[in-house]
Amino acid sequence: MLEELVQILANEREVGAYFRLTLLAPEIARRVQPGQFVHIRILPMRDALLRRPFSVFQAAGDNLSILYKVVGKGTAVLSRMQAGDQLGALGPLGHGFTVPKSSGEKPLLVAGGYGMAAMYLLAQRSPRPGVVFVGGRRRVDILCEQEFRALGWDVCATTEDGSYGHRGLVTEPLVTELRRDAKRKRLFACGPTPMLKAVARIADDFDVPAELSMDEHMCCGVGVCLTCVIPVKSADGWEYQRTCTEGPVFDSKEVLWEVPR
Amino acid sequence: MNLAVQIGALRMQNPVTVASGTFGYGVEYARLLDLNQLGAVTVKGICLGPVRGNPTPRTAEVASGMLNAIGLQGPGVDGFIAKYWPFLKELTVPTIINIWGTTVEEYAEVARRFDALEGVGALELNVSCPNIKEGGAQFGTDCKLLSQVVAACRRATRLPLITKLSPNVVSIAPYARAAEEAGSDALAVTNSYPAMAIDVETRQPKLANVTGGLTGPCIKPIAIKLVWEAAKAVKIPIIGMGGIQDATDAIEFLMAGASAVAVGTANFYEPQTALQVIAGIRSFMERKGIRDVREIVGSVITDR
Repeated sequence: MLEELVQILANEREVGAYFRLTLLAPEIARRVQPGQFVHIRILPMRDALLRRPFSVFQAAGDNLSILYKVVGKGTAVLSRMQAGDQLGALGPLGHGFTVPKSSGEKPLLVAGGYGMAAMYLLAQRSPRPGVVFVGGRRRVDILCEQEFRALGWDVCATTEDGSYGHRGLVTEPLVTELRRDAKRKRLFACGPTPMLKAVARIADDFDVPAELSMDEHMCCGVGVCLTCVIPVKSADGWEYQRTCTEGPVFDSKEVLWEVPR
Repeated sequence: MNLAVQIGALRMQNPVTVASGTFGYGVEYARLLDLNQLGAVTVKGICLGPVRGNPTPRTAEVASGMLNAIGLQGPGVDGFIAKYWPFLKELTVPTIINIWGTTVEEYAEVARRFDALEGVGALELNVSCPNIKEGGAQFGTDCKLLSQVVAACRRATRLPLITKLSPNVVSIAPYARAAEEAGSDALAVTNSYPAMAIDVETRQPKLANVTGGLTGPCIKPIAIKLVWEAAKAVKIPIIGMGGIQDATDAIEFLMAGASAVAVGTANFYEPQTALQVIAGIRSFMERKGIRDVREIVGSVITDR
């Protein structure tokens, strides 16, 4: 984990509300592991003080890229920043995905929208290709398909309105695949919480291991503020664990989806 | 040039520490900055047993600040000693342990436990957390209860006691005096302000706890006034805090009457802030020809 002032190399609209940000961040780019994130201080935001967490999309040499969606004040300001501008970056942060072994289980990735970007490094560093199941509401929500195909991975897309790929939810073709053969498979998922919860249930049904990248509201990013906690099974029943430190990637068997009463 | 200050029997090599709850147990930031450059490390509030804390969402960003209602999640005395003390006791700078309880007896028991631990710098009594049902602010907004808590802890330990006062009172002076008279060696002024924010799309409060504590630069002028008022009321030293982002902010607190300062919310977004504040105080002193930081304390000129 380290802190550096990084330079924007490019910040361009990918499609719709999605942007691709490329940073010159040599120290962080060199160290980042699949599933980790960077915590960005958007310097022009005057009265909004807190950093914003972003999953790392690609890392090559001194450069690091992020695929983000404009969803609020922070990302709106970020989307107007240009090459040459500077950002404060803290990273790489968090506990990421387990990189598959060549002799291990076949990786099946489950992504909701731009959650797919957060799993690119995992696919790239996996010694064996697998399948990415990606779902979105509409065609514009299906991102970076070409990047995954270029790695030799199969991509199975679904959209809720049927404008691209299969019509329906991303979990439907996943279930079809597991019904066909669930042996020696491992699931990795990143996307909205209801999708992650559905993946956890499917993993349970088919008795396959699953690693979930949990998406929680964050503040400090380094484990001190205790904002981003989720209930997780522990020796004495359950405890709150930090998405920024013990996560964002958790074993699906550990996650409790509600606080026990 | 002297930057060292004395908070009761606690010596700090410079007047800058961190606010409890914004710096974890120190170890989390050890990879980002040299903790031994600080005046002291102040850790998150500890009570007797482990505490799970409040449901989420626990924090919300607001203009120039944030709300929090963490609910004092923590490992308890034994968990703290097992997990964090081995690291903290090796630091060359003192550790200030923030403690709390739900009864006067519990406060005293926690103080007693830490009195028995070798190497603690000071205890900070949290009588001002707005986010827990029992304990916290109920002791800090009732002069009689405040006296009882401080006196009970005073009997339980020889360690320097710092009483962290609530801002949520009509006048801070009687509370400051009550803490002093009950044996507190110093005051910490101040904690977060009770506050609330609503998401208009969902009509829900932004915090699961409904209300929380407001911190960050937006509270600084209110905190400066409280430090100024408390400093006039007591002879014991004050650690000033509330929205410090840079050395100028810190010097304002010193001039208002604080002998030391704590950087709080800024740690969440700029972890180097405390070190930058120390460097900035040094250069201010050079620029103004001030040889001893204690010359700045209480040096505000209110006559015009």
